[in-house]
Amino acid sequence: MAKTIRILVAKPGLDGHDRGAKYIARALKDAGYEVIYTGIRQSIQAIVKTAIQEDVDFIGLSLLSGAHNELFPGVVDALKKEGAEDIIVFGGGVIPEDDIPGLKTRGVEAVFTPGTPIQDVIDFIEAQRPRIESR
Amino acid sequence: MNRIDSIRAGELRAVARALTCVENDSGSREALIDELFPLGGRALVWGVTGAPGSGKSTLVDRLITRLRGRGSRVGVIAVDPSSPFSGGAILGDRLRMQSHAEDEGVFIRSMASRGYLGGVSGATGDAVRVLDAAGFDYIIIETIGVGQTEIEVMGLSDLVLLILVPGMGDEIQALKAGVMEIGDLFVINKSDKDEARKIRAEVDYVLDMKYAENPQDKNPVAMTAAALDQGVDDLLEAIDAYTEKLRSSGRLEKRRRDRLSAEIHRILAEKIESQVRGWLRVDERTQQWVDAILDGVHPPYRFIQKQLDSFFREAKVR
Repeated sequence: MAKTIRILVAKPGLDGHDRGAKYIARALKDAGYEVIYTGIRQSIQAIVKTAIQEDVDFIGLSLLSGAHNELFPGVVDALKKEGAEDIIVFGGGVIPEDDIPGLKTRGVEAVFTPGTPIQDVIDFIEAQRPRIESR
Repeated sequence: MNRIDSIRAGELRAVARALTCVENDSGSREALIDELFPLGGRALVWGVTGAPGSGKSTLVDRLITRLRGRGSRVGVIAVDPSSPFSGGAILGDRLRMQSHAEDEGVFIRSMASRGYLGGVSGATGDAVRVLDAAGFDYIIIETIGVGQTEIEVMGLSDLVLLILVPGMGDEIQALKAGVMEIGDLFVINKSDKDEARKIRAEVDYVLDMKYAENPQDKNPVAMTAAALDQGVDDLLEAIDAYTEKLRSSGRLEKRRRDRLSAEIHRILAEKIESQVRGWLRVDERTQQWVDAILDGVHPPYRFIQKQLDSFFREAKVR
């Protein structure tokens, strides 16, 4: 049987708009994943500690405040510091196209902007499955 | 450091990985539990159950704060239902407990029920073993919103808090339906709501009837408004007193022995089933058997008995 993939959906920083995060959490549940949802205004430390305790395979970060260039790589770096760099980080929200290459070089493996079909997110997750199952 | 030492030291990643191992029923699960078993038995295990929306997570959050204040380490297993359609789940209980996310003395793990029907997940018992071995003083199991049959938490906990709330329809129904037989302590949450007193009266009425002969054994009833942080200290005091009573009367010891005997029966049943199934090659032969029974050649019970008889004959010879 295929491993049940676990995903933490979290909102770092200060913006309180969680519709996108809730939408993605629901869609990922419907795709058969176990989604841990922690709500708004999470610190980087809280996100990383939660991800480790929950032993998730992915962290999906949602952000609309514009602080993605600090907060997304901040999560990647904090994971590294805790020895949990095998957890795959992806992001979503209002992210300018120009910022995406920079985020990817800093370890955010995929970035989904508004209007992305949910299937793209699922395809990305499934493409990582061999990596997760060989851990 | 090997896996067991890391778990024993409470190392986050090792504990989390061990929980995944038991949850996914990985190959090393049995060996892991066997090695952890002698390290456990010190934690007090609380079950927290009640209807959906009764405030279980919020109350657990407040109890964690109090227990941390005493310097105790707390592990939480929060169970939410898996979707029967997709197999996925949204695990949102820890949303209300995130104020403890950065606290090293608190470990919260969300678990999906994965098709298990007792209000917990099939791996919850072993997950308790892992957290116990990792040195948590208290382990709190938060169940799925309980109906009338999701009572398995009783078999996993030292004591169970049943959360009741006002405004959930015809209150007395719940009492009649036997849900009240689940709890050790009854907590009426949202006590700031008007009807809370009415529920309290009903609970007292049922308990007074039940314990008319021996009123000293009556279960404690507490009133809380967890969202407002009211009544939680009194609840904790009641839990402590009840625990002391369980301990001094020998009932705690007895419960733990009962738990282990249920565990033994479960392991035995599992092992017998998997061995017999393997030997009889049940998976590959089922369709053949269905045909044989449908064709009217064999009636079902006698047919299966015949298969089993041949297994036992063979087993004796070997």
